Amino acid sequence: MSPTTHGDTSKPAAKAFVDDDLRYGFASSARSFIDRVRTGDLGSLPVVAGLLIIWAIFQVLNPNFLSSQNLVNLTVQSAAVGTIAIGIVLVLLIGEIDLSVGSVSGLASAILAVLFVQTGWHIAIVLVVALAAGAAVGLLYGLLYTRFGVPSFVITLAGLLGFLGLQLWVLGRAGSINIPDQTWIVEFLTQFFLPAWVSYLFIGISVAAYAWQLLAQARRRTEAGLTSMATTVIAVRVGGLALVLGVAAWYLNLSRGVSVSFLIFLVLVTVMNFVLSRTKWGRAVYAVGGSVEAARRAGIRVNRIYISVFMLCSTFAAMGGILAAARLQAANQSSGGGDTNLNAIAAAVIGGTSLFGGRGSAFSALLGVLVVMSISNGLAILNLDSSIRFMITGAVLVLAVIIDSLSRRSRAAAGRA
Amino acid sequence: MTLSTAAKSAHTPERILSLRGIGKRFGAVRALTNVDMDVYAGEVVAIVGDNGAGKSTLVKILAGVHPQDGGTISFYGEEQSLANPTDARDLGIATVFQDLALSDSLDVVSNLWLGRELTRGGVLDEVEMEQRSWSLLRELSARVPSVRTPVASLSGGQRQTVAIARSLIGEPSVVILDEPTAALGIAQTAEVLNLIERLRERGLGVILISHNLADVLAVADRIVVLRLGRNNGDFRVVDVTSEQVIAAITGATDHGATKRAAEKSAAHPEAETER
Repeated sequence: MSPTTHGDTSKPAAKAFVDDDLRYGFASSARSFIDRVRTGDLGSLPVVAGLLIIWAIFQVLNPNFLSSQNLVNLTVQSAAVGTIAIGIVLVLLIGEIDLSVGSVSGLASAILAVLFVQTGWHIAIVLVVALAAGAAVGLLYGLLYTRFGVPSFVITLAGLLGFLGLQLWVLGRAGSINIPDQTWIVEFLTQFFLPAWVSYLFIGISVAAYAWQLLAQARRRTEAGLTSMATTVIAVRVGGLALVLGVAAWYLNLSRGVSVSFLIFLVLVTVMNFVLSRTKWGRAVYAVGGSVEAARRAGIRVNRIYISVFMLCSTFAAMGGILAAARLQAANQSSGGGDTNLNAIAAAVIGGTSLFGGRGSAFSALLGVLVVMSISNGLAILNLDSSIRFMITGAVLVLAVIIDSLSRRSRAAAGRA
Repeated sequence: MTLSTAAKSAHTPERILSLRGIGKRFGAVRALTNVDMDVYAGEVVAIVGDNGAGKSTLVKILAGVHPQDGGTISFYGEEQSLANPTDARDLGIATVFQDLALSDSLDVVSNLWLGRELTRGGVLDEVEMEQRSWSLLRELSARVPSVRTPVASLSGGQRQTVAIARSLIGEPSVVILDEPTAALGIAQTAEVLNLIERLRERGLGVILISHNLADVLAVADRIVVLRLGRNNGDFRVVDVTSEQVIAAITGATDHGATKRAAEKSAAHPEAETER
């Protein structure tokens, strides 16, 4: 909708505010997309382009990179860090940061291993305890932040060290605990892949749900006299989704297929995306990230939003730790250490979630983690040292932050916040 | 939320808000002393005064930002206490502060409904909110390009419009506008003044705080002058000139209020304005 169509006061009844044609089709969709990109509202465009470039480069360097086997490995490797990155997306949306997600995930790994292997508790109780530990960490951060106003940067930096210490203490003398690979959770999360027909069934259900939701929305909007998506646009979107998911599943199914852990990650991303975009809580998260004062004056209980977001972030970190422990079949002193922290944060930022708060979506965790893990995986199969891997990941992170800053500046110049 | 229901009871307007003897201290500073004010339905009351006259303090008391130390606030004849902003809002007093407090990254609909979104089965009801946003903006004849553009892309006047429209979402009886035209150009100011008139036509009581006497004389029905935290005149716009108002603002004239002030605090030399 162009600004030139704005209301004419002499025609109060007419829908002078909106385009004459209430259904927007291809032309206007494409036009508004180009408009958005030009004014710096890049969305997920840079990350998709970046992912394609990275894949092309690695495929040239090593023809095995894009093989079905390797892409299956990539999805399996992505699940844990990706789950942690969902939490990072949430804290970034409210304009804060959590630097301790690596330690918290390591703590959850340690709790899982110790309680399950050494104490012999039932797995369900162990999982609940590990997740609750994550939530408790987040609650602590949230209370420290809202009660004392300590910057989240400092609180979570302290947490990074403190919870690493707790992890070591939980692990005790042994320092490393192996989880037997016959146990249910390890088998389920590492060795269980969806049978091909189940993966296609999942895709069918998801695509049908998406189509139904778009159609229902378009119908309601038309009934309400609002602009709505044309059926052709809906068909293209639904077809596009079906194509992307179908091709991805088909290609992964050429070897082992879609792993349960990656499916869990995808479901979590989809659920968080729904919660962020369609609930009052999600709207409040964006409002707090955009302007705390405006949110407070609008009657949003800002402190509750902060505490709930910190809690969710740490809980996602714990969940990632559980996935990682199951994949590696062990918890040790380096669980959640090394580059876990930075990979998760880099994934969220590279995926397109702004460091400045109020912008981003849960899907940036998915796109970002694919980029980060592609680099890591690609360099690994090239037999390059982790020194090179760290440097390249660092460079990509800086690039992503630069894109974020530049697009923010050009949005401001174009008056789009 | 329709214009047609606006009570055109010009002859016997209902008194919505009535302040009696309002006082407020900040430590040793007496920000307000014994201030009286009434607001009737379908009336624009302008509060004017020099810097430090107590306008903002009065607004903040009405908005529930901080409670008064003395005096009473009656709403439709019933005494009320405004302990916090939610009290004021629930009572039906909506305030548009000077900085507007809009969330730049959210679109117009999200801003209008922020904090009181409509839901359908626990999920945001975007269709209903967008539809009602359009009809509200249309009633106000507001010129906003699209309700789905981020607020950051709007002009100053449009942002003011959105902020005023947002205050109407809760169906208030009184709307307080704090310096709504301060940062606006000439055309945009005219637009906002039209908007204020439309609020009056809806039967709302409007309290307008402004430094700009031209705007006040153009749109207000009544002018309440504050000087040094006290009432210093209450004029009907039809029988006053801008010189008289300026005189009351600066204290260069004698009114009942200044006389009383002079009697009460004879020690203050600046209150001796007897001619």
